[in-house]
Amino acid sequence: MSSTKYILGVFDDPDEMMHGIDKLQKNSVPIYDVYTPMPIHGIEAKLNVKDSRLGYAAFMFGCLGGSIMFTMVYYMLVHDWPMNIGGKNAFAIPDFVPVTFEWTILWTSFGMTFTFFFATHLFPGRTPRVMDLRATDDKFVIAIDAKGNIPHDDITNLLKEAGATEVKHNTRKYVSYE
Amino acid sequence: MASHSESIIREPLITGKDITYAQITNDVLRPVENMPGKAWWIGFSVASLGAMLWVFAISWTFWFGLGEWGLNKTVGWAWDITGFVWWVGIGHAGTLISAVLLLFRQNWRNSINRSAEAMTIFAVICAATYIAAHMGRPWMAVYSLPLPNQYGSLWVNWNSPLIWDVFAISTYFSVSLVFWYTGLLPDIATIRDRAEGIRRKIYSVLSFGWTGSVKTWQRFETVSLILAGVSTPLVLSVHTIVSMDFATSLEPGWHTTIFPPYFVAGAIFSGFAMVQTLLLIARKVLGLENYITMFHIESMNKIIMLTGSIVGVAYLTELFIAFYSQNEYEQYAFANRISGPYWWAYWSMMTCNVITPQLFWFKKIRTNIPLSWVLSIVVNIGMWFERFVIIVTSLHRDFIPSSWAMFYPTWVDVSVFIGSIGVFFTMFLLFIRVLPSVAMAEVKLLLKSSSEQAKKKLMAEGHVEPAEAEFYIASLEKFDSVDQSEYLKA
Repeated sequence: MSSTKYILGVFDDPDEMMHGIDKLQKNSVPIYDVYTPMPIHGIEAKLNVKDSRLGYAAFMFGCLGGSIMFTMVYYMLVHDWPMNIGGKNAFAIPDFVPVTFEWTILWTSFGMTFTFFFATHLFPGRTPRVMDLRATDDKFVIAIDAKGNIPHDDITNLLKEAGATEVKHNTRKYVSYE
Repeated sequence: MASHSESIIREPLITGKDITYAQITNDVLRPVENMPGKAWWIGFSVASLGAMLWVFAISWTFWFGLGEWGLNKTVGWAWDITGFVWWVGIGHAGTLISAVLLLFRQNWRNSINRSAEAMTIFAVICAATYIAAHMGRPWMAVYSLPLPNQYGSLWVNWNSPLIWDVFAISTYFSVSLVFWYTGLLPDIATIRDRAEGIRRKIYSVLSFGWTGSVKTWQRFETVSLILAGVSTPLVLSVHTIVSMDFATSLEPGWHTTIFPPYFVAGAIFSGFAMVQTLLLIARKVLGLENYITMFHIESMNKIIMLTGSIVGVAYLTELFIAFYSQNEYEQYAFANRISGPYWWAYWSMMTCNVITPQLFWFKKIRTNIPLSWVLSIVVNIGMWFERFVIIVTSLHRDFIPSSWAMFYPTWVDVSVFIGSIGVFFTMFLLFIRVLPSVAMAEVKLLLKSSSEQAKKKLMAEGHVEPAEAEFYIASLEKFDSVDQSEYLKA
């Protein structure tokens, strides 16, 4: 039995990598993931990656931040410690605007970014689980789960035909644990 | 990728022959992965001397108190707030390049956004030190926050623009930091995967475990776009709020409705000038001419020219409104600025901010690197004078002539200011040694569409109509600085 866990098609060119994805999909080879040093536009549609819902998270966090600040200012300025400044109304809404606005932005940014880190399992010091070290530099890598897939040589040939400069049969899932 | 192509008549954003993805990484990471050169050491030595001066002058201030500054009963704000507003203004270009230009899909931002964002962070740090220092007792800074306390129902005054300022600046700093650091993750991962030993461990911690998978990139781009979307109104609000520190007062010369847009335009103006000052040197010293091209320099000069003109209009609007309002105090404040004891500051401001940037109308000047650098410094000097004029000339002669006074800076004032410039440059020089000063992932994105070689390839492969190719070459002759003979060969 083969000890290969993942087959990696390493490409020099993003267009050839996209071609490789087409070829694999035409031959019904499921793709595990694709790793690139830069965002590749149009790849989501090819791989059927659903739209990100981070925008909703951003909106909710923004609403929350704005509401908290408005409530806080109302409590402090109107309820807990109303000051008589020239007989003016304590509930001076225009004065609430700058700080409420700032906190809406602050909560949107932090809430959404932390949601992004959480959803993509990114946090300080996390062990980088990279399949090929060059995928963050200048190579475009298609990873295919070797288990239960069509003959590995066929996958190798498909990738080579698509223009892969190198095809690797990794016996370990990640290379960057060392 | 394949579907993305850029019009042939647009100027290339990456120049040079045979650039590859690997070469972009090598070029950008050269200063990070190798020992620094002589130029860096000279710059770093000078900047750290400045930083040491800052530490000394600030310690002196804290030890002996604010009496060491040249402030007096009438002029209670002077070099400190001038420095604060100047630094905050400088910070604005970073967010503007990252956010506004991203929203407008201006790809030329990709080569310069990283350094500009770093500049923002360091400039806001310098601004914050001024705020902490001018409190006199900086350990009391905590009272500017609405924290529960033992004094009963005692809260900060939410009606005060100074409290709005606390929230604006702290939000601005935090959001800029998040935007900058999130954008750095893919590039830190690149350094990590090329490094060995202890460096690899450090960058591994800093990279948050970035792998560059499809889903991560997709979410990363969503985050970048939304952060840009929220940072754009943020950057406009911050300097608007800083201007309200003045505009909501009743002080003649400060109490004007033009202040918010005028401050924002001034901030962009000085910020771009500082980006220019830094990048013109950095591109040469770090060998990044292929990525920060003449097109980038020219584009920034055009923005400096535009914002300089807006600032000029704002100055004239101020004068007109002072005249039109028929408010004698307001009229006197402006007459005093123009011909009072600080006339030299006013006219320095006018010369540096309104007249000199108009030189950028001439293509020969805006594509001349030494001249662009000198003019960027002139703009920064002018913007410092602008803040000085607004603050000191308005304060030194207020409503009551018996309280009129002059402000003279002491050596501590001068040292804190010069020192803060040292602190800024020290941080920037350390930044270019440990983190990539160009956003590699974003620049790589441009290689297949907007590089010189991509355009030449298109022409060589015959994908471009001969008339279009001719138009392209002609447009380059007209607008660009790339060597034309290369195109003729293609």
